[in-house]
Amino acid sequence: MQAFRFEALSLPPEAQAMREKVRAFLEDERAHNRFAAHRSSWSTFDPEFSRRAAAAGFVGMTWPKAYGGGEHSNLERFVVTEEMLAAGAPAGAHWIADRQSGPQILKHGSERARATILPKIAAGECYFGIGMSEPDSGSDLAAVRTRATQVDGGWVINGSKIWTSNAHRVHYLIALVRTSPPEQDRHAGMTQFVVATDSKGIEIRPILNIAGGHEFNEVFFKDVFVPNDMMIGRPGEGWKHVTGELAFERAGPDRFMSDFRLLAGLIDKVGAEPSERQAIEVGRCVAHLSALRRMSASIAALLERGEQPVTEAALVKDVGTAFEREIPELVRRLLPCQPSLDDEDELSQALAQVLLHAPSFTIRGGTPEILRGMIARGLGLR
Amino acid sequence: MSEDFSRIMIEQMDRLLDQQVTRDVLTAADRGDWPAALWTAVNDAGIPHAMVAEAAGGLGLAPADAMSLMRRMGFHALPLPLAETMIANCLFVEAGGGPLDGPASFAPVSTDDRIAIAFGRNGATLNGVARHVPWGCDVQNLVVLARDENDKGYLARVPRDALAANQRRRNVAYESRDNLRLDGVDIALDAVVEAPGSLHANGLLPYVAAIRVQQMVGGMERALDYALTYANQRIQFGRPIAKFQAIQHMLAIAAGHFAAASAAADAMAEGADFAGDLFAVAIAKSRCGEAAGHVAAICHQVHGAMGFTHEHALHFTTRRLWSWRDEGGAESFWQEWIGRKVCARGGEALWPSITGTPAS
Repeated sequence: MQAFRFEALSLPPEAQAMREKVRAFLEDERAHNRFAAHRSSWSTFDPEFSRRAAAAGFVGMTWPKAYGGGEHSNLERFVVTEEMLAAGAPAGAHWIADRQSGPQILKHGSERARATILPKIAAGECYFGIGMSEPDSGSDLAAVRTRATQVDGGWVINGSKIWTSNAHRVHYLIALVRTSPPEQDRHAGMTQFVVATDSKGIEIRPILNIAGGHEFNEVFFKDVFVPNDMMIGRPGEGWKHVTGELAFERAGPDRFMSDFRLLAGLIDKVGAEPSERQAIEVGRCVAHLSALRRMSASIAALLERGEQPVTEAALVKDVGTAFEREIPELVRRLLPCQPSLDDEDELSQALAQVLLHAPSFTIRGGTPEILRGMIARGLGLR
Repeated sequence: MSEDFSRIMIEQMDRLLDQQVTRDVLTAADRGDWPAALWTAVNDAGIPHAMVAEAAGGLGLAPADAMSLMRRMGFHALPLPLAETMIANCLFVEAGGGPLDGPASFAPVSTDDRIAIAFGRNGATLNGVARHVPWGCDVQNLVVLARDENDKGYLARVPRDALAANQRRRNVAYESRDNLRLDGVDIALDAVVEAPGSLHANGLLPYVAAIRVQQMVGGMERALDYALTYANQRIQFGRPIAKFQAIQHMLAIAAGHFAAASAAADAMAEGADFAGDLFAVAIAKSRCGEAAGHVAAICHQVHGAMGFTHEHALHFTTRRLWSWRDEGGAESFWQEWIGRKVCARGGEALWPSITGTPAS
């Protein structure tokens, strides 16, 4: 049972210094009433906030200075992300680009892609969406059918993507497509491309979610031309890159802090003299959160060392999203609080907001059913 | 002690336990037989005094390394008060007492229990009841935290003879957790030292909690090892049960609990502040206790009827997990402790409490 690596850890002094810096930034944001913490999280799209965060040096932090980055460690970035989430900062516009698209381009993109795109992401002005799922390819990602065919100077993409968050307001998608027909090895023959959303032949149709919000979309590609240098890596490397990206995508504090503000609000509402039951339930929740945060920080340290702890990341996401789904239920158990988006009471608003978004926590980025299969493989059961 | 030396010592200890904590030893210990040969082996390795400073005749093992060692004891279901002896020695020697001979333990470990000490001209007298004392009837010396009429704390070494007429009580792993009545126990003055300030505030409960946390993490690892092995060997419907998604998902959930518990235990081992804030201890004990219940249940379920037999070794570990989660404060005790602290500090203070860095 030594299959997983969650190692000893202490955050270096520069990470602690970064914590002070980001706390000061967020304090200033709050002092100016620039966001409603109780209704925001990392899926709240606010380009103004992203530009200010970028100007303060909190976007593209780990990238080389030549591409607009800050050359900070992954642990410093970890501290910034967790502080943003704890504050309920509306960091959704730059989140995906900063978390996974930018690093993917930096690692496997062409020089032109790096030089033209990364500085704009780091300036908080360029946002990304994830083009993985398709109508017939959700959890079974290897079933993608959208295809790219080689033409003079590039590739032409045809097909469609679905559940593409923010497609209507981001500048690029990274799309996983077939560049050669399916073979015995289902994971072969796939490639990722950086596709500008204003490319000719792209049509974006909104899909409303159960909260009435427009976050995700269906995206249609009709003879969309992508130049050669917007390919990620080489043809056929798509699956490898997608799975490598998952360690970044799944292990961060965004997988257990989507509704942290609801927990903070609950504690305030319960007050300084909780009943025994309230104290026990709040205490249990805090113990779970502390353990998760430690697991996530350990993974950040592994990523800093250049490792790809994909299975450990799956484990954090499985445990983490189960935790965050439980918080609205906890509020209901401990307080007489009925959810309403337009109640005067902030906790009631926050509860409504989380309740209506919670089903997505355990779907986006990989369902527990898929994650547990990966964990089982790591345990030697498959 | 250097980092390398600590690592080597832990590995050697692990090998020794792997060889010597056999099924026969565990079965005999269940019957109440003291594993004398096993004690001699660990004693010869210097483990009882491992946490005592080198200058005072110990090995100077750092607390975090001692915790790793206790984790391995839990993994092997070591049926000895070895961790308790390490802590008893560490506390007593640091307070100015001499090293203790033989197996030792400490008391009281139950929050409501209180031992009074009164000083006479030639000695001191202890009075009170200490319940559920780990290995209380088995040890050669018991380190007792006692308070005088001004609530000032002392550590008193009580030899086995004074503990003779007490009631043996065992947990479901048949480890002694004895109820000791100290009625006018006379001890010599040179067996009493002033207790350090931290013990005044927090008592000895956090030390039991810390030991059980590490033992539980080791025990969970062992239980999962058994379950993973069994799932890959047991054939039903023409294939190993490991190939069934239902089994895979159960074990993945258990692995999640184990990983979270390990993380909480690691955080405690690195940053535990027994003298001050017990936040890390509280989190570790409550998270590990909860995980231990889930892991034990899932591992039994995977083993089917076989895991319910005395023949399979799983129960040596799961009976300990079920015992250890309730000792040193059960989940609800520490959860309530955390909850009261967190609620008193308010919602904005929660995050700084978790990162351990208060807002400046």
